[in-house]
Amino acid sequence: MKIFATYNIKGGVGKTSSAVNLSHLAARDGLRVLLWDLDPQAAASYVFRIRPRVKGGGKALIKGSRDIDDAIKGTDFEQLDLLPADFTYRNLDLMLDATKNPTRRLARLLEPLAAEYDVIFLDCPPSISLLSESVLHAADTLLVPLIPTTLSVRTLDQLTEFIAGFDGHRPDVLAFFSMLDRRKRLHMEIAQQLPAERPDVAKTVIPALSLIERMAVERAPVTAFAPRSRAALCYGALWDEVRARFL
Amino acid sequence: MVQAFSYEFVLTGHDDDQPAEDGALDALVPRFSLVPGGRPRAIRRTWLDTFDWRLHRAGLTLEHTTGAGPGELTLTGPDGERLVARPGRLTWPALAGSLPDGPLRARLRPLIGVRALMPVARGGSAVRDLRVLNADDKTVAWLALDRLSVTYPATADLPSRLTVTAVRGYQPQAERVAQVLGGTPGVEPQGPPPLDAALAAAGRRAGDYSSQINVCLTPAMPASAAVTAVLLDLLSTLEANVPGTIRAIDTEFLHDLRVSVRRTRSVLKLVGHVLPAEFAQKFRPEFKWLGDLTTPTRDLDVYLLKYPDMAAGLVAATPEELHPLHAHLIRSRAAERRRLVRGLRSARFTRLTREWRAALESLQAATQGPAAVPGSAVSGGPDAADLAAASIRRAHRRVLRQGRAITANSPPERLHDLRKRCKELRYLLESFASLHDPATHRRAVKELKGLQDCLGEFQDGQVQQHEIRMFAAHMMSDRNVPATALLAMGELAAQVGLQQVQARSQFAGRFGEFASLATQQRFRTLTAGAAS
Repeated sequence: MKIFATYNIKGGVGKTSSAVNLSHLAARDGLRVLLWDLDPQAAASYVFRIRPRVKGGGKALIKGSRDIDDAIKGTDFEQLDLLPADFTYRNLDLMLDATKNPTRRLARLLEPLAAEYDVIFLDCPPSISLLSESVLHAADTLLVPLIPTTLSVRTLDQLTEFIAGFDGHRPDVLAFFSMLDRRKRLHMEIAQQLPAERPDVAKTVIPALSLIERMAVERAPVTAFAPRSRAALCYGALWDEVRARFL
Repeated sequence: MVQAFSYEFVLTGHDDDQPAEDGALDALVPRFSLVPGGRPRAIRRTWLDTFDWRLHRAGLTLEHTTGAGPGELTLTGPDGERLVARPGRLTWPALAGSLPDGPLRARLRPLIGVRALMPVARGGSAVRDLRVLNADDKTVAWLALDRLSVTYPATADLPSRLTVTAVRGYQPQAERVAQVLGGTPGVEPQGPPPLDAALAAAGRRAGDYSSQINVCLTPAMPASAAVTAVLLDLLSTLEANVPGTIRAIDTEFLHDLRVSVRRTRSVLKLVGHVLPAEFAQKFRPEFKWLGDLTTPTRDLDVYLLKYPDMAAGLVAATPEELHPLHAHLIRSRAAERRRLVRGLRSARFTRLTREWRAALESLQAATQGPAAVPGSAVSGGPDAADLAAASIRRAHRRVLRQGRAITANSPPERLHDLRKRCKELRYLLESFASLHDPATHRRAVKELKGLQDCLGEFQDGQVQQHEIRMFAAHMMSDRNVPATALLAMGELAAQVGLQQVQARSQFAGRFGEFASLATQQRFRTLTAGAAS
């Protein structure tokens, strides 16, 4: 079982869109996929038309009083399940803090799912917190969407430095440019230059496209409702790159 | 492992003007939102089992479905057991080795052994999928409407089936759909599994063949009627195995055919005196011919089945050095099989089975007629219980007498003779099994089998050593045989010889167990009431 986490400190950079579309593409490839919507805003749950509610809330899951298996919902797509968001996830930091080994807790919770799933995607809320630290310890690979700006690149450096300080398990990092605006010269320059210079930056770039925003209207992955669109093809190329590197 | 919740219904229909499917869906529409779940699917379905129903007896069903996508093999069993494999291109019949590697093959291999999986029913399904949506237009359950037509073993349209499958996490919603359907006229919960329905359409049922003698005798029935019933059952088994032997579907068809011939010969020899005298005179030589016809191919089958283990057991030689023997066995078997098939297609064989059946059936009609009561003019002679007891007692005594006479210095022929007597006793036990207490019968057969296994190993070793020398002589006459192959065969002969010595050393112990007072008492119970 491989665990991918879409992660960035900043919000609105394309984490959920990437998690939703990549998990759909992985399932379409025949892999058994689980997407855990860890963000209390519940955007991924909304896209899959699944109500953001977990019996007993995040506390029951983190404490282990509720079996994680029972909270999983099937999506409308074969081989793709979702562990929905819950509004109580806003307090996941506090809940984790109350456990014995908070930074390893998420990894422990996911262990029993190894027989059932080939791939797990964690869609993380934007923050630096105990939750994100627990995600970094649980994930095999961090997929980091970046808006092509100088500050974003600086954030990536901070993240890789932070991970380098871990004892034991350190996740791989693959950043990719997202929400690229072709009208902005700086966007274009950074998106062309960096993948050539840094191996931890993917070659594939996801442009800012209105079709991606339409996912919230269609309530489905763009790779499902517009599979031949440019947006879907870009996510397809990104998935190919991820699969070739990490699966 | 997460269990998929599903509910099955059979649509029997209640209104001539409205198809059963429409009635079921109409009942759902007011309460649930239904939308098509894709294009209708055409699925070809093949149900598989071994000829002797090993999967059915283990409570398993194996189905091969092919349609637009890659074909799937699905094994289902009690307690929700379900294994799926994608076999790619696969034609039936097929042996376990042809199945794709994985859990399904691992589950099937020990069950089916050397038997082939072959179609027991075939059909085609036209499947319409529908999605049940909630208020968010999220799919909470799938409906699959399946119109199944059977094409083999008979042509028939079966009632449509409707399956409700819950999407994970939405079991309560699927249950509500199932509740509505359950209360709809013309919608019946469950129903026989599709395989059973397909077989029933042809007047068959799963498990309707077994290589065991399957007759129900009563103690008071005339002995001749009992023997006739056993011989007719053996003839049916023999005939059932002819097509599979000719097509070489697997080696067990010939094995079962041979066993039914051997049992027939033993029954004729040991209790045939209760039948009209001309029966034995006319048919015993013919069944000997049939037995002899099948021997060479079966011997080579046994060699080829044992070959992988024999080759793997070589120490000095390598398995590769034994390849010329394998090639020789394959060539010889092909030649012997041609002879066997010619024999089974010959007028002599056809005449034998036809006349044998006619003779038995006319005798059966006579013994079942109004005058056929014990002691009457038609039945005459002893009743079934007397014949069974007397013949088993006689055969048992012969085994004990011959066994006790065997010493460490006895020639191999004496053990071979004893083996034949044991087989005769075994066939009698099996023929009259329905007259005995099942538990006592099982124990007696088990104890006899222990002795038979030991004698079988000894005799196999004797025959195999002789045959290895014969193969070597034949291969030498080909001139191209490498010296390494002959050396490897020499090692093989030595191994077989060693196994034979081991079997010989175990004989005294095994016979001692069989001749124990406890076993003798068991046989006395089985033969109680027989005249000495």
